[in-house]
Amino acid sequence: MSVISDERLVPRTQAVDLTRQANRLGLANMWVAFGSFALAIPMGLYQVAERSNLFPAAESADLYYASVSTHGVLMAYVLTTFFIMGYGYHAAIHSLNQPLWSPAFSWTGFGLALLGTVLAAYALLTGQASVMYTFYPPELAILPFYVGVALLVVGSYFWVADMIIAMMIWRRANPGRAVPLVMFGFAMTALLWGWTSMGAVLEVLFQIIPLLLGWVDTIESGLARTLFSWTLHGIVYFWLFPAYIAMYTLMPREAGTKLFSDEFARIAFVMLFIFSVPIGFHHLYMDPQQEAGWKLLHMFGTFMVAVPTLITGFTVMGTLESSGRLRGGKGLFGWVARMRWNNPATLATILAMGMLTFGGFGGVINASYAMNALIHDTQWVTGHFHLIFGGTTVIMYFAVAYWAWPLMTGRALASRWLAVWQLWTWAIGMCITTGPWHIIGLLGQPRRVDTLEAYGPAINATLMPHMAIMMVGSVMLTVSAILFVWILVATHLNPRRAATTEVAYAVAVHQPMQVPNLLNSLAFWNWAMLAYMVISYGYPIAQFWIINAPQSVPYGY
Amino acid sequence: MAFHVDKLEKRWLWIIGALVVMTWVVQIYGAAVTDLHPPSNVEAVDSAQIHLASSGGEFAEDKIGTSRDADGKLVVRMVAARYGFYPQRIDIPQGEEFTLRVVSFDVLHGIYVPGSNLNLMIVPGYASQVTTQLNMLGEVPYVCHEFCGPAHAYMYGVFNVVPKDQFKLAAASAGGQG
Repeated sequence: MSVISDERLVPRTQAVDLTRQANRLGLANMWVAFGSFALAIPMGLYQVAERSNLFPAAESADLYYASVSTHGVLMAYVLTTFFIMGYGYHAAIHSLNQPLWSPAFSWTGFGLALLGTVLAAYALLTGQASVMYTFYPPELAILPFYVGVALLVVGSYFWVADMIIAMMIWRRANPGRAVPLVMFGFAMTALLWGWTSMGAVLEVLFQIIPLLLGWVDTIESGLARTLFSWTLHGIVYFWLFPAYIAMYTLMPREAGTKLFSDEFARIAFVMLFIFSVPIGFHHLYMDPQQEAGWKLLHMFGTFMVAVPTLITGFTVMGTLESSGRLRGGKGLFGWVARMRWNNPATLATILAMGMLTFGGFGGVINASYAMNALIHDTQWVTGHFHLIFGGTTVIMYFAVAYWAWPLMTGRALASRWLAVWQLWTWAIGMCITTGPWHIIGLLGQPRRVDTLEAYGPAINATLMPHMAIMMVGSVMLTVSAILFVWILVATHLNPRRAATTEVAYAVAVHQPMQVPNLLNSLAFWNWAMLAYMVISYGYPIAQFWIINAPQSVPYGY
Repeated sequence: MAFHVDKLEKRWLWIIGALVVMTWVVQIYGAAVTDLHPPSNVEAVDSAQIHLASSGGEFAEDKIGTSRDADGKLVVRMVAARYGFYPQRIDIPQGEEFTLRVVSFDVLHGIYVPGSNLNLMIVPGYASQVTTQLNMLGEVPYVCHEFCGPAHAYMYGVFNVVPKDQFKLAAASAGGQG
C-alpha cells in the first residue's frame, strides 16, 4: 500500500503505519456518522407522514417533537461532525504524508465526542429533550442533553487542534511549499468550526448549564438567541466546506481530468471562512432584541458568502467541462453528455451543483433584509436547508464515502451501478420533497408544527396536494438512504479486494509549487476574523449588559 | 511566485462583483427609500409582570386588544403565552396601518399572518413591534410559528379584517382561549 507521490521518501513500514492510522480514524468516525444518519432517516419519514394529516394513526405531538429534535441533532450535529472529522483525518495523513502528532490525542477527542453523542441521544430518545436542535431558552431540556452536546463539541476541538497542528508541522518541514489544497481546506474548516461553535458553547456553558444546576435563577433569552446566531450560519458552512473540498480535490481525478484552478479554490476557502461567521443576524431579522442597523450590517456580509459559492460553481463547472471535452465532447454543450455520469463522485458533484443553484436562489430571499419577513420560520426555510444541506452537502458526503470505503477497507465497492442509482434517487427525492415545502411555506405553513388545525379546512385544502407530493419524495429518500447504508456494509464485507488503495488527490491545470502566503497559512485570517467578529458582534452582545432587561425564569416544555 | 488567473476567471469575477453590488443596491433601496425595516425596537419589558398595573400596565388585561393612541393611530396590544394569544380575535380595519405590539408571558413565541409581512419573533424580556396593514378581507388566521412546547401547533387566532367604514372600536376586550 502506498501513499501519495512522495512514496520514495518514506520508509515502507512507516507508509503502512500511516495508512493504518488514516483508515482506523477515518472508518471509526465515518461509521458513527453514517450510523446516526441511518437512525435519523426513518424519523424524517415519520415527521413528514405525521404533519401531512394523511395518516391519523401517526398523529402524536409528543412523538413528533421528540422526533424532530432527534432528527435535527443526529443529522446536523452528529452526522456532520463525525463525517468531517473522519474525512479530515484521512485527508491530513495522506495528503501531508505524515503521521498525526499524537494518535492518543485524536482518539481521546473521538471518545469524548462519542460519549457526548450517547448522552444527548439518551435525553432525546427518552423524550426529555424535545427542544429542537436549536434549543432556544428559556424552554429547557434535561442536563445530559446540554452536557452531551458540549462534549460532542469539545471532542471535535481535539480534531480542530489536530488539523491545525498537522499543517504547522508540515509547513515547518516544507518551508515555502504550497500546503496541499485538501489540507488547506481542512485547516480552514477546522478554524471555521473553532470560531463558529464558540457562540453556542458560550450559551451552553455560561447561560444554560448554570441555570440547570441552580447556580443562577434566570436567563437572558435575547442574549441566548444572539449567541446562537453566531453559531447558526457558520455551522452551515462547516457542513458545506468538506463538500466543496471533495468537489475541488476528489472529483477532478474521478472525472478523469484536472482541477481548473488551485489558487481560486484557496481564495474560495478563505472567503468561505471569513464571511461565514460574522453574519448570523439574518437569523434574527424578525427579532426584537437587536437594532435594525446591525441587521443591515450583517446583511452585507450575508450576500458576500455568494462570492465563494459562485467561484466554486465556476471552477467546478470548468473542471467538469474539461472532463467532457477530454472524452470527446464538442461544441458549446456537447461536453455535457460526455461527462462521466456513471462515476459516483462526478455524478454527485453535478447533482449537488444543481441543487445548490436552486437552493442559492432561495437563500437570496432568506438573506434579504425585508423580504425575509415573507418566509421567516415557515416551511420554506425547512425546504431551503434540506436542499442545501440534505441535498448539496450530504450527497457529496455520499460521494466521499463511495470513494473512501474501498480505500479504507481494502474492499471493492459493492456495486457502482447501485451507487449511481442511489445518488439519482437521493437528488430527485430531495427535489420532490423540498419543492412542495417551499410552496407550502409561501402559502403560510410554519415549520415544526405537528398539525395543520390552525388554518381551518379552506387553507388546508390548498396544502393537501403538496402534502401528498412530499410523501412521495420522502419515501424515495428513505429507500435511497437504505440503499446507501447497504452499499457501505456490503463494501465493507465484500470478499473482492479493491483494485487499488492508493490515495491520490487532484492536481490543477497549473499546479502551483508555491502560493502567496495569505493562501497558505491561517494566522492572518484568524486575526481578520477576530476583528470582523468584534465589529459585528461586539456591541450587539455588550448591549445586554447596558439594557439590563428583566430576565426569564426557566420553563419545561 | 506563480499565481495563475484565467481570462475567463477575470470576466467571471467582474460578473460576481456586479451581482453582489446589485443585491446590495436593491437591499439599500428597500431600507432607505421604501423605509422597509425588520421589526427592531429594542425595548425591554418584564415578562413576569406584564399583567400588573405596577409595571406600567400596558399589557394588563383591560388594555390589550385594538385601541387608538393619543394621536389617533391604531395600536393592537397582545400577549402571547403557552398556548394562546390574548386577545385571540382582533378586529382590524382593512388597509389601515396599525402597530402591533406583542409580548411573551413565558417562553419564545412568534406571530405570523400568511400572505402578509406580519412576521415577528416574540422574545421574553422584549416588546416586539411592527407597523403594517392587512389588505385582505374577512377572517385572517395567524399562528405562533416558533416552537414553544408540545401544543405549539394549537396556538393561533384570527384577525377579523372588516371594511374601513364598518370598523368600530370596541371597548378593549379580554383575552380568548388558546
